[in-house]
Amino acid sequence: MPSNQLTESGQLRHFLTIEGLKRPLLTEIMDRAEQFSGISHRQVKKVPLLRGKTIINLFFENSTRTRSTFELAAKRLSADVMNFNINTSATSKGESLLDTLHNLEAMHTDMFVVRHNQSGAAEFIAQHVAPHVSVINAGDGCHAHPTQAMLDMFTIRRHKQDFANLRVAIIGDILHSRVARSQIQALATLGVGEIRVIGPQTLLPRESQTLGVHVYHDMESGLEGVDVVITLRLQLERMQGALLPSAREYFRCYGLTEEKLKYAKPDAIVMHPGPINRGVEIASSVADGPQSVILEQVTHGIAIRMAVMSMALASQSEQAEIEE
Amino acid sequence: MTMPKTSAEIQNLLEEMAETIREELADKDPLLVGIHTGGVWVAKALQNILGEDFFDAPLGTLNIAYYRDDFTRIGMHPQVSPSDLPFEVDNRHLVLVDDIFYSGRTTRAALNEIFDYGRPASVTLAVLIERNGRELPIRPDIVGASVILPRNQHLKLRNKDGLQLEIRAAGALNAE
Repeated sequence: MPSNQLTESGQLRHFLTIEGLKRPLLTEIMDRAEQFSGISHRQVKKVPLLRGKTIINLFFENSTRTRSTFELAAKRLSADVMNFNINTSATSKGESLLDTLHNLEAMHTDMFVVRHNQSGAAEFIAQHVAPHVSVINAGDGCHAHPTQAMLDMFTIRRHKQDFANLRVAIIGDILHSRVARSQIQALATLGVGEIRVIGPQTLLPRESQTLGVHVYHDMESGLEGVDVVITLRLQLERMQGALLPSAREYFRCYGLTEEKLKYAKPDAIVMHPGPINRGVEIASSVADGPQSVILEQVTHGIAIRMAVMSMALASQSEQAEIEE
Repeated sequence: MTMPKTSAEIQNLLEEMAETIREELADKDPLLVGIHTGGVWVAKALQNILGEDFFDAPLGTLNIAYYRDDFTRIGMHPQVSPSDLPFEVDNRHLVLVDDIFYSGRTTRAALNEIFDYGRPASVTLAVLIERNGRELPIRPDIVGASVILPRNQHLKLRNKDGLQLEIRAAGALNAE
């Protein structure tokens, strides 16, 4: 259930999910990110906007890219940032999570960036933080990964001007992918002409059609005339659940190779949220090829996270002003 | 001094400012930097008067939104174009241009931002209008006109059919 992530005046207070956000807000996030992206090219790669703010990266699940780009984004805004990697397996969830939270809050934290393997964890934390604290969802279970979706939208916008005329295909394990879920919501909100998902029946959500997406089970018809190809990481643990025969079999059917990429438009871009399994969902020659924008996505992650962090903390300032 | 309002009056001020810039900086290969939004208009007008070749590089622009000192009070400012300094500032003489000099806080923010690009040899501050109400030990070097206004009045430069000044009651727009 999309929550209290907006203030009364419609500003971002938390950033938990794309669901329920309107197009102007998504556009503002991308516009702000566009402004922030220039900072990375300067001699001093930071601005003093969030000087004196304390941000805690609260990661209950492993991450390299997301955690480090959140950390860099905070640092480029001059915030103080601390990383907490917490192994959940040792702790019972409910109360101990709140205990951890309240302890960290007692250190006068202004923002939590949360990743958790349980859907709804960021939302749960957002409901329990003090009024002056913002929460950013850095991925929760199979639910949402909104900053990833926004950096993907930003990358698409950099290459393809107008969302309305685009045909976008997402390939792979849509069912278990918080990235895909957030991407589909963002693409739909931004008015993308046609959204397609491609994958085996077992990895596509049953409600795909109701999400307004077109479902394909083969790459040739699914990729035809597509402007943007998004491949998803095949989580190898899915193999054990008997949802897939084998990695090799998956690659044969759904792995993005140069041959299959030819079904898409010649100027189609290839995206992947990382980390990539070479030779499983994507061939090395495509991942490293001229149409790949995978490393650009990583770069854009910093600017998008700067935008979201500053907007959420700015709304806190506005709130404080009103209460005075 | 009485308030210059029409574009003809403002053009006269700009020409005097340009003349001073020429006298003081002609032999220093200066670079021009305008502060968004009004300062960029004034900088462009000065560039027109002085000629394209007077400055060593295209006009630089600063958006000081991320360097302001009021984030914790009022949050993010509306979006304007990002900063763009299309030159190295190290060891160069900069002419920093704003439309209205009031508290000095915008200049403070702009100086901080410039120093994140490098270490200029000097910065000369040129403003179209200096008004009363300074809050920091910063003052402009080159001034089109100095005016005294009641505290509750704000001055705003408009760019519609040429540059024009407007006086507004406080509350109608943000300071500076």
